[in-house]
Amino acid sequence: MSFTEIGTGHYVALSMALLLIGTLGVLVRRNIVVILMSIELILNAVNINLIAFSEHLQDLNGQVFAIFIITVAVAEAAVGLGLLIALFRNKETVNADEVNLLKW
Amino acid sequence: MPLDAIFFWLFALITLGGAVMTVLSRNAVHSAVWLISSLLGTAGLFLLQKAEFLFAVQIILYIGGIMLLFLFVIMLVNLNQQAKERQFSGQWWIALVVCAVVAVQFGFFVKKGMPELPARAEEIAHTEGNIERLADVLFTQYLVPFEAVSLLLLAAIVGSVLMAKVKRS
Repeated sequence: MSFTEIGTGHYVALSMALLLIGTLGVLVRRNIVVILMSIELILNAVNINLIAFSEHLQDLNGQVFAIFIITVAVAEAAVGLGLLIALFRNKETVNADEVNLLKW
Repeated sequence: MPLDAIFFWLFALITLGGAVMTVLSRNAVHSAVWLISSLLGTAGLFLLQKAEFLFAVQIILYIGGIMLLFLFVIMLVNLNQQAKERQFSGQWWIALVVCAVVAVQFGFFVKKGMPELPARAEEIAHTEGNIERLADVLFTQYLVPFEAVSLLLLAAIVGSVLMAKVKRS
């Protein structure tokens, strides 16, 4: 990997780093809003990977898949935020570790 | 240094820096603003990879749609109290170790697999633009998944309204 010649490997490495940052955000943060944002980061990392390979192989299927992933991300964010509002109404908290209704 | 390399490193810096600040910010609104900058960087990377349609979709849908939704919800739930509390869960060091191990594994396999990547395909000179070709594929080969995704969106709309609705008994 060189600094001036940008190849597909650079994009794969970037998407890898973004995926790890997103995973870390999901695992580490207590605030559910930030956890949902970290999930968006993970989905973005996947999109970067798909589009890098779509360009590498000159194949449009990767871009179509990225469109589907964006749609799923929208659905996930909408449902997740709806759940968050319902949760805040009942428990007055947005911290993931204070939601223990299913814990015995 | 070629121009595309300069732009790649610039967008990579915006994307990764925004992502790190999203995870580390104490205030959720700051997190959202950093996430917007990260998504903008990603949109720039899409443009560098000649995916013009996804560049537009990324800005209109992600930044205009999803982030607006996030900011609305942040204003609906009161986060002032939360911003003063502890931000990271108790197992943060386990998460850090796990992520470091996964990073090493990823790095190893990417380094090992990259030389065996099939050679870059010949660039074909198309007469139509990216959006036209994408529409051709999406509405012929992927028509059934496209319709299925519309059903998924409908279910998500109904579900989120049902979740956020105030129940009166």
